[in-house]
Amino acid sequence: MKISIERAALLKAVAQAQSVVERRNTIPILANVLIEAEGDTASFRATDLDIEVVDKGPAVVERPGATTVQAVMLHEIVRKLPDGALVQLTDDGASGRLTVQAGRSTFHLATLPREDFPVMATSEYTSNFSAPAPVLRRLFDKSKFAISTEETRYYLNGVYMHVAQGEDGQALRCVATDGHRLARIDAALPEGAADMPGVIVPRKTVGELRKLLDDDDMQIAVSVSETKIRFATPQITLTSKVIDGTFPDYSRVIPTGNARRLEVDAAEFAKAVDRVATVSSERSRAVKLSLDEDRLVLSVNAPDSGAAEEELAVAYGDEALEIGFNAKYLLEIASQVDRENAVFLFNSSGDPTLMREGNDTSAIYVVMPMRV
Amino acid sequence: MPALCRDCLATFETAPTGRCPSCRSPRLVAHDELFALPIAHIDCDAFYASVEKRDNPALRDQPVIVGGGKRGVVSTCCYIARIKGVRSAMPMFQALKLCPDAVVIRPRMETYVAASRQIRALMEELTPAIEPLSLDEAFLDLTGTARLHGAPPAVLLARLIRRIEAEVGVSASIGLSHNKFLAKIASDLDKPKGFATIGRAETQGFLAAQPVRLIWGVGAAGQEALARAGIRTIADLLRWDRKDLGQRFGQMGDRLWHLARGEDNRRVTRDAALKSISNETTFPEDTADRDLLDGHLWRLAEKTSDRAKARDLAGRTVTLKLRRASFTLLTRRHSLREPTQMADTLYRTARELLAQVTEPGPFRLIGVGLSDLCPADHADRTPDLLDPDAARRQKAERAADAIRRKFGPESILKGRALR
Repeated sequence: MKISIERAALLKAVAQAQSVVERRNTIPILANVLIEAEGDTASFRATDLDIEVVDKGPAVVERPGATTVQAVMLHEIVRKLPDGALVQLTDDGASGRLTVQAGRSTFHLATLPREDFPVMATSEYTSNFSAPAPVLRRLFDKSKFAISTEETRYYLNGVYMHVAQGEDGQALRCVATDGHRLARIDAALPEGAADMPGVIVPRKTVGELRKLLDDDDMQIAVSVSETKIRFATPQITLTSKVIDGTFPDYSRVIPTGNARRLEVDAAEFAKAVDRVATVSSERSRAVKLSLDEDRLVLSVNAPDSGAAEEELAVAYGDEALEIGFNAKYLLEIASQVDRENAVFLFNSSGDPTLMREGNDTSAIYVVMPMRV
Repeated sequence: MPALCRDCLATFETAPTGRCPSCRSPRLVAHDELFALPIAHIDCDAFYASVEKRDNPALRDQPVIVGGGKRGVVSTCCYIARIKGVRSAMPMFQALKLCPDAVVIRPRMETYVAASRQIRALMEELTPAIEPLSLDEAFLDLTGTARLHGAPPAVLLARLIRRIEAEVGVSASIGLSHNKFLAKIASDLDKPKGFATIGRAETQGFLAAQPVRLIWGVGAAGQEALARAGIRTIADLLRWDRKDLGQRFGQMGDRLWHLARGEDNRRVTRDAALKSISNETTFPEDTADRDLLDGHLWRLAEKTSDRAKARDLAGRTVTLKLRRASFTLLTRRHSLREPTQMADTLYRTARELLAQVTEPGPFRLIGVGLSDLCPADHADRTPDLLDPDAARRQKAERAADAIRRKFGPESILKGRALR
């Protein structure tokens, strides 16, 4: 194999590859990226056995072929090469070395045979549709903060993407929860997605997917089966197993009868929460919200370290209420609001609270209060 | 050299030769710094066994082993059994091989706790600076109490031991020195019914000749690590530079450097911070029966939770411990998002951990622990969205606790406690 490729294109491909490979793994081949050259394209493939990413781009192929080399090391090298360099990758097959050459720099890297590289089995996708990058970006960006890291409830370690009945008809819906808070984000159902099976997209896949979604004009081809999901742009294909488990019935968790309504400027609210929480010494920083006629008092009382209080002018016309929350949870949901005021709907100090942006029900958040 | 008679409590400026001139007792202690040393370690002699002998005088001249069942381990054995080679923590079958005529008694913890409380109360009369290490041992700091009680610490301690013998009916040994490290070593020098002193002047000389395992915290692994560096006795340690020790052994190195010189500035504190709460049980026979393990899990979770509740503590980390038939240990731990003191949460977490253990067993012991402790008011504050019943179970547990407080520990039980 002998190819020449522009440094920027190569860097992008190996950067994606090295973020997929597991840093600590016991199978050497899984640390490698598979480079394949044919016609006038070079492809870079990496996997951790759960996720596979393939980046295919134009290259000058002098001699077709394939080999595998350590992804992290290749990434480090390419990253350190000068911008605009033309990089030549040569593998003579006999020496077991890949030569990386750019300008006056030459590297010889150990390779492993391509036959050893595990290629993810292709699967029969039952549903194929296409969605604009900004739509998917919103669905995942607004839900991923609520993904659980608890291994005992592995079925919460991802975003549940499925078809649901939204306010305005059928919707493509993403839900994530860790048992303390929940995010439910809807988007108009793309054509062809109606039969899609509901799947739990793992946390790591959500992170890798994000790199495909930066371009506002990009259409992402999505393919779904019971066991796998694939996101593809013309250049990059990301295939991932989905979490084999049943996502809990979240609908019964979302309160519908919460009558006490607070409207507040989300940015001001978040700043105030952040300020008062500073005095709290516990790990779970509890903030108390005291609500009365158009007035919100945020307070923290930490006997060991001090107390803090801040008053905010808000719109609130219901019965007075005192309710506590974990400051981190409040900050995270408040930071999801970007256009209008945050609207909180409370029931009692022991019941789940609902938050949304203005009257927009296409993105709602539920957060559990905390005893204070 | 000042001296003290441990029986009549007479004190002497210069030690008499032979017996006490006033009561003819041979139990005299003499030491240059006898009346100047303030830190004591009091250690009851074969405490559980002594309590058993006290309550059943027929056992007085027989070897007594307190411990659990045929398969358990020796928790305490009396001095007669010790002559035969029985030691605490020895498997019971081995102990019985060494001493077949031993009387084996199941521990009666309530009785020992009562005796321990009695002893504690006697200590309280001397000083508030008491640091209990377990039911049967404690540090006492008697600095500055001589004026109050009209006698130096050594006399107060001898009197305390006399009262423990008379009022509680067990004997104890005293180690008297100028810090905790040395006091603890001293109490072991003259057991049983001992009174040993390590003065400032002889500290260095005494320590130099001792093996490193004498240092608290240097176990088998520590000894091995030290031996690899050529350190076997404290004298070896003294030859090391402080910086080199720190480099080779980290924080431990610095501690070793100080302790080798008999320096220990830890204070005697009433409530040495508790680091973890745990309970475990050894099965009568090794078992791989998951149902049986699960039943034990609940009882252990409940016991651990009871102790946490009693101390107003909660913990964030739940540990499951299993000992294999081969005596090797398997532990699994899980950190909760929020500290808990509820038996229900402990049990459910431990059950998850057990479910993740793919080894079929059999196991000889199971344990449940709670660590990363914090005050209880930081615990169990955020209910689980996905488990709406959890709040109800929590209420039920609090209600059951209240019933038990009023009507006794057996008054209300969960069905699963009976498995």
